[in-house]
Amino acid sequence: MDQLIQQLINGLSVGATYALIALGYTMVYGILRLINFAHGEVYMVGAVSSYYLAEWTMGWTGSLWVALPIVVVGSMLVCSILGFLIEFLAYRPLRDRPRLVVLISAIGVSLLLQNLAQFPELFGPTPRRFPALIQSTPVFYNAAHTIVLTNLDVLSLGLTLGLMVIMTWVVLGTKTGLALRAVSFRFDTSMLMGINTGRIISFTFMFGSALAAVAGTIDAIRYDVRPLMGLLPGLKAFVAAVLGGIGSIPGAVVGGLFMGLSETLVKGYLPSAYTGYADAVAFVLLIVILLVRPTGLFGRVAPEKV
Amino acid sequence: MSLLEISNLSVVFGGLKALCDFDLTLEQGELVGLIGPNGAGKTTTFNIVTGVYRPTAGDVRLDGRSIVGFKPHQINHRGIARTFQNIRLFAGMSVLDNVLVGFNQSLRHGFAGTVFRTPRHQHEDQRNQDRAVELLSTLGLDDRAMEIAHNLPYGDQRRLEIARALATNPKVLLLDEPAAGMNPQEKIELSGLIEMIRQRFGVGIWLIEHDMKLVMSICQRLTVLDHGQVIAVGTPEQVRADPRVCEAYLGEPT
Repeated sequence: MDQLIQQLINGLSVGATYALIALGYTMVYGILRLINFAHGEVYMVGAVSSYYLAEWTMGWTGSLWVALPIVVVGSMLVCSILGFLIEFLAYRPLRDRPRLVVLISAIGVSLLLQNLAQFPELFGPTPRRFPALIQSTPVFYNAAHTIVLTNLDVLSLGLTLGLMVIMTWVVLGTKTGLALRAVSFRFDTSMLMGINTGRIISFTFMFGSALAAVAGTIDAIRYDVRPLMGLLPGLKAFVAAVLGGIGSIPGAVVGGLFMGLSETLVKGYLPSAYTGYADAVAFVLLIVILLVRPTGLFGRVAPEKV
Repeated sequence: MSLLEISNLSVVFGGLKALCDFDLTLEQGELVGLIGPNGAGKTTTFNIVTGVYRPTAGDVRLDGRSIVGFKPHQINHRGIARTFQNIRLFAGMSVLDNVLVGFNQSLRHGFAGTVFRTPRHQHEDQRNQDRAVELLSTLGLDDRAMEIAHNLPYGDQRRLEIARALATNPKVLLLDEPAAGMNPQEKIELSGLIEMIRQRFGVGIWLIEHDMKLVMSICQRLTVLDHGQVIAVGTPEQVRADPRVCEAYLGEPT
């Protein structure tokens, strides 16, 4: 029983970062019907920039309460600028082209960022441990230490939850959110109703990238920082977004948590010889879901009018 | 200087001359019709005026200033709004939100104002909400404000499209086949509604419509298009008597 609870905690903690990345996929898809395959690399840049920010802040402050907000907010800023630039330089000029062209451009951006990060001047190919700004330490545990909740779990779940609340409010309670919903329903028409769609698209990319930056920061602290670290979480978050129903915001959250849980449960309960297949399970899940429910859990079936 | 002035407007798609030397003037409070057989270039004309297509030649002036080359949202801000031949509401949003989208583009506070809930932001929000409800009640949709747009009956959806366009505070309102799919009773109500909008909102209305009874009864002037060419201009009586119009569109008088 204790083991199950522990696995659930781990699963939610991992799943929360998938959810944060999946939100970026789903928001962009909701507006442009585009899978932004460079999104995993935005997460990687989030990790890299929080690494450098942590190094820098540790040079002049020992206080975690000063350093951590700077690291988190700083990497969010870096990534939202990156997200803006990716859209502006690689996708916007192709707006009127077939969607496949933009998709290829997205894959190009992804490869570019992966390889840029391997330049020793920028980061280098070797994995680096996150600076000792914050260490994983238990904050809640039972007497036997069989159930442990670490500060990283709290950080991961707390940040994700908080950001989700903010995001729901932005989408449902602000003028930008109203325009965002309108654009996602009818792109061309919203333009004719006076919505500056270019600005809404930029906003969407910046917002989604900032969320990916938070996921990158959490995983940088939890694991390490590598130029190719965006590949697998990026793919898994994409699966999570499809699972929840791509274009759906609650779907991305549920999908992300589901992916995290399935991963840790497979690792925790399959014989150790098979734990290497935990990732394979994720992709088998994707295939099964697409077969059974092509629009995902929360996906809307949109009949196309001719 | 007219409210809307279109001169020598032409557009070519590949080798097809979809519109050729189109001229029109529209004054404030005027109601002008655009008719012609299917494929004549009527909706194309609307698409050029609202910035969806760029004209190959010619000029469109609103209040004396050219709007050619502006993006659709900029043209909307300058005062041209439209509805669509096949309904294009924000289907999954509430009736009220559909109208608020229009109003919100005129909000002055930025995103920061929303985040920090400044008094000005709250004040503007409330005022827009009030204006939206008032507009909906003018069009008889206030009791449906909270319903999801695509659940409305067809006639109400058409009226909501007009409400949404009016919410952007236009000087010129383009209506693309507003009576399409309506029954005779709804059509009678629609002509009353259009007349009311013309007087109450002081807009110039430009209307594409196939229902001749409706067009002839409410329009002050008509332009007839066929194969991208203007074949007749004049009052409904003049147009009805024009032999070229009868041949191309209306059929022989019986």
